[in-house]
Amino acid sequence: MSEGNMNLTLKVWRQKNQKQKGELVTYPVSNVSPDMSFLEMFDVLNEDLVEKGQEPIAFDHDCREGICGMCSMFINGRPHGPKEGITTCQLHMRSFKDGDTVVVEPWRATAFPVIKDLVVDRSAFDRIIAAGGFISVNTGNAQDANALPIAKEDADKSFEAAACIGCGACVATCKNASAMLFVSAKVSQLALLPQGQPERYSRVQNMVEQMDKEGFGNCTNTGACEVECPKGISLENIARMNRDYLVAKAAH
Amino acid sequence: MALDSKIPEGPLAEKWKKYRSTVPLVNPANKRNLEIIVVGSGLAGASAAASLAEMGYKVKVFCYQDSARRAHSIAAQGGINAAKNYQNDGDSVYRLFYDTIKGGDYRAREGNVHRLSEVSGNIIDQCVASGVPFAREYGGLLSNRSFGGTQVQRTFYAAGQTGQQLLLGAYSGLQRQVGMGSVKMYTRHEMLDVVIIDDKARGIIARDMVTGKLERHFGHAVLLCTGGYGNVFFLSTNAMGCNVTAAWKAHKKGAFFGNPCYTQIHPTCIPVSGDHQSKLTLMSESLRNDGRIWVPKKQEDAEALRTRKKGPNDIAEDDRDYYLERRYPAFGNLVPRDVASRAAKERCDAGFGVNNTGQAVYLDYAAAIDRYGKIEATKQGIDASAAKIVELGKAVVKEKYGNLFDMYEQITGVNPYDEPMQIYPAVHYTMGGVWVDYNLMTTVPGMYALGEANFSDHGANRLGASALMQGLADGYFVIPYTIGAYLSNEIRTKAISTDHPAFVEAENNVKAQIDTLLNIKGTKTVDYFHKKLGKIMWDKCGMARNAAGLAEAISEIQALKAEFWKNVRVPGSADELNPELEKAGRVADFLELGELMCKDALNRNESCGGHFREEYQTEEGEAMRDDENFAYVSAWEYKAESNWELHKEELKYENIKIAQRSYK
Ligand SMILES: Cc1cc2nc3c(=O)[nH]c(=O)nc-3n(C[C@H](O)[C@H](O)[C@H](O)COP(=O)(O)OP(=O)(O)OC[C@H]3O[C@@H](n4cnc5c(N)ncnc54)[C@H](O)[C@@H]3O)c2cc1C
Ligand code: SF4
Ligand code: FES
Repeated sequence: MSEGNMNLTLKVWRQKNQKQKGELVTYPVSNVSPDMSFLEMFDVLNEDLVEKGQEPIAFDHDCREGICGMCSMFINGRPHGPKEGITTCQLHMRSFKDGDTVVVEPWRATAFPVIKDLVVDRSAFDRIIAAGGFISVNTGNAQDANALPIAKEDADKSFEAAACIGCGACVATCKNASAMLFVSAKVSQLALLPQGQPERYSRVQNMVEQMDKEGFGNCTNTGACEVECPKGISLENIARMNRDYLVAKAAH
Repeated sequence: MALDSKIPEGPLAEKWKKYRSTVPLVNPANKRNLEIIVVGSGLAGASAAASLAEMGYKVKVFCYQDSARRAHSIAAQGGINAAKNYQNDGDSVYRLFYDTIKGGDYRAREGNVHRLSEVSGNIIDQCVASGVPFAREYGGLLSNRSFGGTQVQRTFYAAGQTGQQLLLGAYSGLQRQVGMGSVKMYTRHEMLDVVIIDDKARGIIARDMVTGKLERHFGHAVLLCTGGYGNVFFLSTNAMGCNVTAAWKAHKKGAFFGNPCYTQIHPTCIPVSGDHQSKLTLMSESLRNDGRIWVPKKQEDAEALRTRKKGPNDIAEDDRDYYLERRYPAFGNLVPRDVASRAAKERCDAGFGVNNTGQAVYLDYAAAIDRYGKIEATKQGIDASAAKIVELGKAVVKEKYGNLFDMYEQITGVNPYDEPMQIYPAVHYTMGGVWVDYNLMTTVPGMYALGEANFSDHGANRLGASALMQGLADGYFVIPYTIGAYLSNEIRTKAISTDHPAFVEAENNVKAQIDTLLNIKGTKTVDYFHKKLGKIMWDKCGMARNAAGLAEAISEIQALKAEFWKNVRVPGSADELNPELEKAGRVADFLELGELMCKDALNRNESCGGHFREEYQTEEGEAMRDDENFAYVSAWEYKAESNWELHKEELKYENIKIAQRSYK
């Protein structure tokens, strides 16, 4: 594995399962190449651990190109690490210096219990979508796609909100563990489109209700989520959702 | 067993229309009693599950990720084809059909491909209705771009995140059904076997990946929507978890495997940077719309580039070889993927590669930046300086491809707006897969395969933007009809108890395999074996193959497999989250699949699409098909370890004149 020349000290959260307590364990890693991704550095460390007869560190990942939203490491106090606008899997070792100490923890939030090591349970997000994050159209009912022109500006804004990858960094960074950025991204995507209008107000109500049930905290407008979101989801979405929510409340 | 593709009789354009309205139906009351298992929540699985649940069936969906939304369809970048002819550029259902058959090098079924083209337009309608924010023009209508192997603009897209937007659309439809209780979702579950009772698929064994518990699930039908097997090569553009396990277990229980050797090597991926490499990243084919591919004309320039004595911008225009434009003037940079990949390999093998490994070519945006900059300057009515033109051009390129350019810079540390990107071919997609008939049913009654997991529509080479189309066609518009042909005869079948001996036996087998893996306690990690297998496959069953190499590969893989079962080390236990155990199971199946792929490649004494046998090429180095002897689908039946029987499904071309594929 002697490809690079960086040496680092990792302090990684190890936790056997949901019930047992966890702790930070220190691992030295050597010969790290700046071209490696952060997760590839973990691969190398894990290979080493297995060869030494120790248990490798469990972490979530899949696409390794910043789109599936599965990777989720809290690195030196920041979700997805020191660089903005990227996910953990897109972070490369050239963002670190030889001799650095790097602390790696899982997402921390009541609504995201730790499953093992760095792996957490984010199924609350799925339940929020199931509560209303859709347009009720059965397969086969659609009209011709171009029968409904949509102003480019609206379509683009909707797309920007739809870019959310459901990673949960917004929750992890928020001192209240609020899920407002995630929920507002879906609410906004659909509220900005004509197809989303019929269910606009029931949707926001149902999704917010589910969010509260899941144990996410309240939003106190600190804006930390927007800074840490790897996809640049804007706080404007939260404002839009709040407006829609008030309208919905007033009507019902 | 004789293979029956069940293509309906009648004229091509009438087959599906007529069949669709004569397929037996299941009445709503009976649907409520019929249970369907869908393995996989990608475009194929999510769209099928949502549609079937809407129709009233009881559906269970499984995926190995922590959410259905993370299936690898999410990573598709470039776009989805549909024969809408919104650009008025002469597109039609027939043209899409024709391009797809030709693109597949005349190794796909006419009937299936025509159906795919017919429903392509409905897919776009459905996606828009469910809130997919496709790219639009200023007039508010949908925008299109071009992809390889076609001369029309029929590709719909959402920036470089088309797969993400389509999957999130299908996923939200799926979650809607979950919320209504008509779909039960099992995330972090891996299917490890199918259960067959009286020759019919009746359920699966799945492992809860968090607790390690093995579960038995009954279904009147089982749909495998488990994606492709490109990870047999270790390095590919697939996600880390993509695997063949579900398909392979089905294969070992009787489902024939179709055309396993047809692999797509994508021409534009970021080159390998070192031994630590865990996966390869695609640079979308849409980049070939505007980018120009070149290597230097002179060996000494290539040498200087490799040692960084020169940079790409130091090579004069006249000293650059735009080899695709040179060899294929009619299609230029937009030739199909197999052709573009081989051409890159040919130049690099000849010593013109441009990075330190000699395995990279340039994808250059300078001309596009200049062109767009000038257009923009004209639009804005300014008499722009050269620097201003570049600035304006970069802004346009950023809007079109910004996320891809950022991704490139993130991975390589090089700014692609200033210096051409380095690219090289990488494993990307598998045209082969579980053999299915027109109903998408495998050779096991009641078991279906959809999406990339089946072999059906792309022949020997898939055109860009056609996999998303096929996945959604299968899930939204084909299976909801064709499954009736089977389930209408199952309305009297009561749910079978999972205490049935077949379930018990299947579970015991799965448990035995897990125990064996954990108890070998050898000295080598799972990745060690996976990397070795990948290297054998890439060197001998990759972009170019020959009989001697394939024969070697087969014995090397057999030896590697034997070593794996003697010497792999899988830490941890069965009853916990154990990623190494998951990987071990997948690599065990890849080792068997790899052998079959080589066997299939060795059997096919011709070159077609992604399958290039060095012995069979024209003087200009183009693939040489042998239609007389190989116009068939290879469907392999599993007999015993390293033992398969070949069945041939003859391909008949009644509507298209089969010809040498030319993009010149
Ligand atoms: C980087 C990239 C870019 C691409 N870009 C394009 C493009 O622009 N246009 C285009 O048309 N095509 C593109 N493709 C191809 C296309 O994305 C895929 O072929 C298609 O999305 C596959 O969809 P699917 O539903 O068949 O499988 P997938 O989306 O791969 O889903 C597989 C599902 O099966 C589940 N699964 C697998 N095994 C098991 C198991 N044993 N147990 C339980 N669950 C299991 C997974 O969890 C997942 O839910 C691209 C592919 C890649 C890799
Ligand atoms: S809003 Fe941003 S941080 Fe939050 S889940 Fe979506 S992509 Fe992740
Ligand atoms: S692994 Fe998919 S976003 Fe990081």
